[in-house]
Order: sequence, then structure tokens, then C-alpha cells
Amino acid sequence: MNTLSNHTDSSFGKLLYERLFKNKEGVIAFILLAVVLLLVFPLCLNTFRLNLTGKYLCYAFVAIGLVMCWGNAGILSLGQGMFFGAGGYCMAMFLKLEASDPESTAIQSTPGIPDFMDWNQVTELPWFWFPFKSFPLTIALIFILPAVLAFLLSVFYFKGRVTGVVFAILTQSMVACLWYFIVGNQGFFGGINGITDLRTLNGWDIRTESAQKTLYYVCSILLLFCILVSRYVLSTRLGRVLLAQRDKEMRVRFSGYNLTLFRIFIFCFAAVLSAIGGAMFTLQVGFMSPNLVGIQPSIDMVIFTAVGGRESLLGAVYGALAVNAAKTAFSEAYPTLWMFLYGATFIIIVLYLPKGLAGLYDDHIKKWIFKLKPKSDSGTTPPSEDLEKEVPYAK
Amino acid sequence: MGGYTAQEIYSIVVMQSFSGVSLLCIYVLMGLGLYIIFGQMGVINMAHAEFLVLGSYTMCLFSKFITESVPALENIYVFLAIPLSFGIAFGVGYLVEWFLISRLYKRPLDTLLATWGLSLIMQQCFRTFIGAREMSADLPEWLLGSWSVNDSIDIPISGLILLVLTIFLTGGLVLYTTKTRMGLRMRATTQNRQMTGALGINTKMTDRVSFGIACGISGIAGAFFTTMASTSPSAGTNYIVDSFLVLVVGGLGSLFGLFISGAFLALLSSILEFFMTGSIAKVWLYLVIFVVLMKFTKGLFSDKVRS
Amino acid sequence: MPSNTDFLLAIEGLTVSFDGFKAVDDLTLYLSKGELRVIIGPNGAGKTTVLDLISGKTRATSGSIRYNNTELTTMSEHQIVRAGVGRKFQTPSIYEKLTVFENLEISYPWGRTVLGSLQFRRSEKVVERIYEVAKEIFLDDMLDEQAELLSHGQKQWLEIGMLLVQNPDLVMLDEPVAGMTAKERDATAELLRKIAKERSIVIIEHDMDFVAKIADQVTVLHLGKILKEGSMDEVRNDPEVQEVYLGH
Repeated sequence: MNTLSNHTDSSFGKLLYERLFKNKEGVIAFILLAVVLLLVFPLCLNTFRLNLTGKYLCYAFVAIGLVMCWGNAGILSLGQGMFFGAGGYCMAMFLKLEASDPESTAIQSTPGIPDFMDWNQVTELPWFWFPFKSFPLTIALIFILPAVLAFLLSVFYFKGRVTGVVFAILTQSMVACLWYFIVGNQGFFGGINGITDLRTLNGWDIRTESAQKTLYYVCSILLLFCILVSRYVLSTRLGRVLLAQRDKEMRVRFSGYNLTLFRIFIFCFAAVLSAIGGAMFTLQVGFMSPNLVGIQPSIDMVIFTAVGGRESLLGAVYGALAVNAAKTAFSEAYPTLWMFLYGATFIIIVLYLPKGLAGLYDDHIKKWIFKLKPKSDSGTTPPSEDLEKEVPYAK
Repeated sequence: MGGYTAQEIYSIVVMQSFSGVSLLCIYVLMGLGLYIIFGQMGVINMAHAEFLVLGSYTMCLFSKFITESVPALENIYVFLAIPLSFGIAFGVGYLVEWFLISRLYKRPLDTLLATWGLSLIMQQCFRTFIGAREMSADLPEWLLGSWSVNDSIDIPISGLILLVLTIFLTGGLVLYTTKTRMGLRMRATTQNRQMTGALGINTKMTDRVSFGIACGISGIAGAFFTTMASTSPSAGTNYIVDSFLVLVVGGLGSLFGLFISGAFLALLSSILEFFMTGSIAKVWLYLVIFVVLMKFTKGLFSDKVRS
Repeated sequence: MPSNTDFLLAIEGLTVSFDGFKAVDDLTLYLSKGELRVIIGPNGAGKTTVLDLISGKTRATSGSIRYNNTELTTMSEHQIVRAGVGRKFQTPSIYEKLTVFENLEISYPWGRTVLGSLQFRRSEKVVERIYEVAKEIFLDDMLDEQAELLSHGQKQWLEIGMLLVQNPDLVMLDEPVAGMTAKERDATAELLRKIAKERSIVIIEHDMDFVAKIADQVTVLHLGKILKEGSMDEVRNDPEVQEVYLGH
């Protein structure tokens, strides 16, 4: 029989625990990821590899955003590169201005403006570059710009009940539009070459080994934090409503919810996550270019999420790491083979692994672990070579 | 546009709209295929532009073969190349439907990803087996010429032929679906798959043929694509997004809407391209589309249907 | 502008056409407070469309629907729900992946905005209300079951329960006993009579025995128009109604 306490929310601390991790397995899975990111990788990889991993982790931000809006809310965006780019370009513009002080650009015909502007006969810093003189304002814009952009681009469509494939196609054309916009405005945004030659952040040289290591840690901790925030959002009533409307849209509307606002919220939320990833990307890689935000990169981001498991936040991180690592490993040595393999990945995931690695873990590996250790109530730390596959299902 | 007089702008608009004719036809032919596939199978085919490229390569390679081996046919081989492009694209489409698409019905979001994977694979096939270099067909002189109506207006012959062909194909398709046995099966399958299956009609076969036809039409568009630009493995990428937008603006499921929106976008795009650089013209084109769709979220010509 | 009335629901001159086909044609219907009205009619009579129009799922071509003297035709679905109109679909529409408790909880009429839902907590008041409803719909032993494991009849009840949690003044049910066993039907009839004490109900139903058991007033719809209105016996013995059903 039910008693009230069975369903009433617990005290604050316990509630937070339940919401963030659900149960012991959730805690272990999260700690496992934290250990991998903060201990295993820094200890096992050299700075070059670590920096590369940090770059992959930037895509993981986008991937968890997609878990939120595609996996849980059913809104597929093929244009996340747009927001990744918004964040990345904000950061790049700030760094570029810092690198373009009048002394280091003295040889230009107009000193004190970014070099590509000078090459394109721009003689004055355009007004929209002014906010990026201030670091706090830049940070604020990294959050505000993608949110505003996502709001403007989705509000009319969600109001008009545009969803599913049509919205996906629209987001794809939006990202194409942004690509053309950047490429067409060579003097203002650096065109196809992007914004390159970024050096310091508030005087701190971001190209040194120690800086790259620090940035890696910042990126990892930020990612873990974002996972917790996302986890919290999913555990609230809002998360359940989103999940419910994915399958039974009309029922949710007839429970008195204004779904338009919920969809806009989650789309903006995912956009901000992507932008954080983009900003961290610029910091770790030292440049930003339109080719990182086009149609193909945006759909790549979806496939990271699909490989990891579209409903699993932790899975998405492993997905981003696994696909990128595979890409790095194969694409240089066997470019032809890689393209076939990569194309096949899309098909195989859709046909045979719709829940991605997380589903693989849930349906097979979990059982296997439990068979080995029938007495332990949750999986212990698995052998490290299996890490890619150890994707606890964060639900 | 300050530097032009009204007369000049008029001429520019007329001329650009004729040079946009080929683009319009390509949009419509691509859109036709996408419309059939989406309507009947609930599949979004992101690899559709690769069938266009396939048709294009067929044209290029066939022209190479003709000029090298049968120069006598040099002037008329184009008419052989069109059915050939259709046939090859049809065949590949038929096989793709059989082995991949048939497993994906009614999961539109998933088909989007799977067919994107397919398009990557097809592009790599072109690169590996035909070569990464750009390629163009040796087209006969008469096809590349143009017909001068008056001093300021030239109409490209290839555009005219393509327009006639497009109208012919669209009409043929409408006749096919309304008058023939296979077309009846197609419409029946579109409306009620299970019932059609229960009536003993081989819906799988119907699907394969429909998908093949859709791809074949795209192949014909590809054959004419050679008159506009050179062919490369990834030439299709620029067209897939636009073709889908044409379909969406037209209102997903209205042939009339498809033509109108195809004409509107082709015209707009060629006029914009006259006044500004390619990429900025694209930006404006997309922005116009976004705003139009913000107002008409169901497209311009959607029919009001009981859900 | 129609004048104010004492009716809970006043539908006047309601018409909707799809590509020229009039699914509902100049319909006028009044519903008093506390009334239980059953709408019957052959297939394609426009019964479900009427519910769609009242609940805002379909937009009327012309005419007015006034609920407590508020015009509904211009309001969106969620506003209509918040005004106090609840609606059950023809096939049970519940969240299969959620538990019975969570299904009921989502319908709880508090925290339905984005921010509200982020802050929503399961207070004792919420849980008590859900238990109360669960008991009414005979599912109080199954609160933690996944909804997909319920029988068809239980799913129907669950959806009715989801309406009750919202505490609406007008409940609209589209074929509530479809797919139920005889025993479940009896229980449902009892449940509906209990609900009807505090609210008005509109039911669409095919099962004539069930209709006879519960209805105060029956409206027969045919080709988008009202054919006959009256008690079940009157309707049953009407030659026109018989013609429509037999001729069908």
C-alpha cells in the first residue's frame, strides 16, 4: 500500500541527490566519468593528446545539448554548429582584439584593428566588435547571443507547430546561412579563413603547454558541471513534460501546457550549451573558422550524440570522444576507408543501435557485469580498455 | 540598386529570370522526387542530391565515350544520355530502397541521419571510382547556344529544353499516378499501406519502383546539371538544402506549390546573384525564406486537412 | 456577439469545412451546468470534430463556442484547458513510459509554466490529490506501474483520471468504454455518474446499452448536423434516427 512519504519529495539534500544521480549507479557512473576526465586522461596522455581530447570535449557540450533537445524533447536540430559558432566567434573576437593592440599591428595601414580587416580595406573597427573589448561582456554574450538567436529562430516556428523533419531541415539551412554570412563578410569576420592567430587571454598566453593543460581542466570541470545542470533540468517536472510531449504532444497540450514555451526553452538551453563548447574550443585550439560551423560539422555533432546514445547525457560525452578519436586515428591514415566507415556509422546506428552505446551498455554489458559480480548492487569500476563502451545509462 | 534605371532593372529581371529557368527546373525535379519519397514512405532522402550527381557523371562519362568512340553521334547523343541517366539513377535507387530505405519507413528523423550517411558513402564512391577532379561533359554546340529574343534578352537553349522536359516529366508523372495500374498502387500505398498490402498488392515492389523513379528523375536533372556547372563528387551538397527548402516553402505535398516556390526561389536567387556576391546573395535568399516560413509555417500552398 | 446565457456551454452556428466538405454544419447545442450529455451518431457524423472544435484542436470556420460566457474559438488548447475544459481522446492517450503516478502528476494543475515546472515539488498536497484520484479510477494499487503495462480498460481510466486531477468543470470523453470488458464498463458507468455530480460531462459513445445506462440527454449527430435531441427512449424510437443507423 502507498503511504504519503513514498511519493512526496524528500528533504533538500536527499532530493538534490536523487535528482542529480537518481541512484547509486548514477553516482558511480558520474564519478567514473570525472575520474576518467580529471585523472586518467591527464596522467596517460601527453600535452598534445590532452589538448586534442579537450577539443573533443568541446563537442561533448554540443552533444549533451542535443541529448536535451533531440533525445529527450524530440526536437532534432541539424544546426547546432550555429550556436557552437556563436560562442566560438564571441571568444575569438575578444582574443583577436587583444592580439591586435596598436603596437603589434603597427605595420598595418590602420594599426589597432584585426589584421584581416586591414587586408580587406576596413579602416575602422565595426560597431559590433566594440563589446568584445571587455572580457565580462564577452562572457555574457557567449550566453546571451546564442540564447537570443535560438529564441528568434525558433519562436515563430514552434508557435506555428513546425516540428520534426521540417524543423530539422530549417535548422540545417540556418547553419548554411550562417556559413555563407561569415564567408561573405571577409572584412568583418575573417571570411573562409576564420579568425586566426589568437594568443592571449587577458595577458595569459594560451598557447603554452601549461595553459593548455589548465584549459583542459577548465573544460572538463565545466562539462561535468553542465552535465549536472542538465541532469537537474531533466529530473524536474519540465523534463517529464518534455519527454511526454515527444511522444504524446496533444495529450500534453490538453493537460494545459503551452508547449511552445517549453520547446523554445529547451532549444535555447541546448544552444547555450553548444556556445559554451564553442568558446572553450576557440580557447583550446586558438582559432575559429566557418568550416567548424557548417552543415557537415553540425550533422557530425548529431552523430556524436547518436553514437553515444541520444537519451543519455553521459553517453553523449563518450560518443563525442569515441567518434572524434576514431576520426583522428583513421582519417589521416586511411581517408577513403574512413569516409566509408563514417557513412556506414550513420546507417548502423540508426538501423541497429538507435540507443547508441548507452543502449548497448544497458541491454548487454550491464547484464554481463552483473553476472560476473552477482552480489554487488552496482557496477564496479570496469577495466579501462572498455571505457568507450562503459556508458551507464543516465536516466 | 541605386545605379540602375527602371528600364535596366526590368531587363535585368527578365534576363535573370530566364537564366534562372534551369535552376527552377532542377529545383522542381529534385522536389518532385523528394515529394514522392516523403509522401509515400515518410522518408527524408538526404542523399537525393547524390543521385543528381550520379546523373551528371553518367552524362559526362557517356559524352566522353561518344566523342572518343562514336563521333558520328556527337550531336544527338544527349537524347540517349537522358534515358541512360534516368536508368542508372533508377537502378541504384531501386537497390538502395531494397537494402536500406525499406527498413526505415515512418521514422523520418532517423531516415534523415541514415540517408546522410548514404550520401557520404556515395560521395566517397564517386571520389574513389570516378575521381575527385571536377569533370564536365563535351556538350554539342547547339545545346550551349542561346536564343536572342531582342538586344538585351538571351534565353539559353539548354534551359528551354530542360523546361520542356520538366513540364513533360511532371505531366507524365501525374498521368502515371492517375491512369496506370502501378500509379494506382502507388497512391493506394501512400494513403493506406496496411490496407493496400492486405489487398494483395506488393507494396514493397511498389515502394522500390517509386523510389527508383524519384531517383531517376533526379538523375535527369543531373544530366542537365552539366550545362550549368562542372560535376564533382560533392556537387550535390549545394542543392539538397535548397531543394528541401523549395519543397517546404511550397507546402510539402502540393505539386502546384512546388512549381510556384521553385520559380520564386530560382528567380529570387538569380536576381540577388546579379546584384551581390554569391555568398551574400545566399544569405539574403535564406533570410527571405526564413521570414516567409515564419509567417506561413505550413508553407505557401498547404491544404487544410483533418488531422 | 451572442448574448450571455446561464448555460455552461453554448455552441451557436458552429461550422467547419475541410476543403469545402462541411464536417460540422451550423451546429447549435446548449449544455447546462451539471448535465451529462451523450452524443451519438453514425461514423463520419462529425462527433469527434465537435470535441476537436470545443477543445481548440481544430479551428472553427464560423460560429461561436461560449463556455461560462467566454469565447473559446479564439483560444489555444492550453488556455481552454486552464479555463476548465478537460478532454479524453478516442484511443487512450497516456504516457506509456511513465508510471501511473507520474502520468497523473503531469496533469496536476500547478506549475504548468516553464519556470513553474522547473520549481515544481511533490508536496503532500499534490500527492494526496493524486492518491484521491487514483482511488476513484480504481488504480490506487498500481501507482508505481509503468503505464504501458496497464490493460486497455485501465488505460482509459488512467486518462479519465488525468482529467480529474485537473479538476475541470466540463469533461469531454471520446468513447470512454471502447475496449473494456463488461465488468469494466459497469465500473466506468459508476465512475462517470460519480464524476457527474460535480461537473458537466459530454460523452461520445457507440455502445447503446452503455449510453442508456448513463445518459440524461442524448444528441444524435448526422452529417455534421443535429438530427434529434432528447432522452434515450425518445431517440431510440425516432424513425429518422433508425433510418440513419439502419441505412448506414
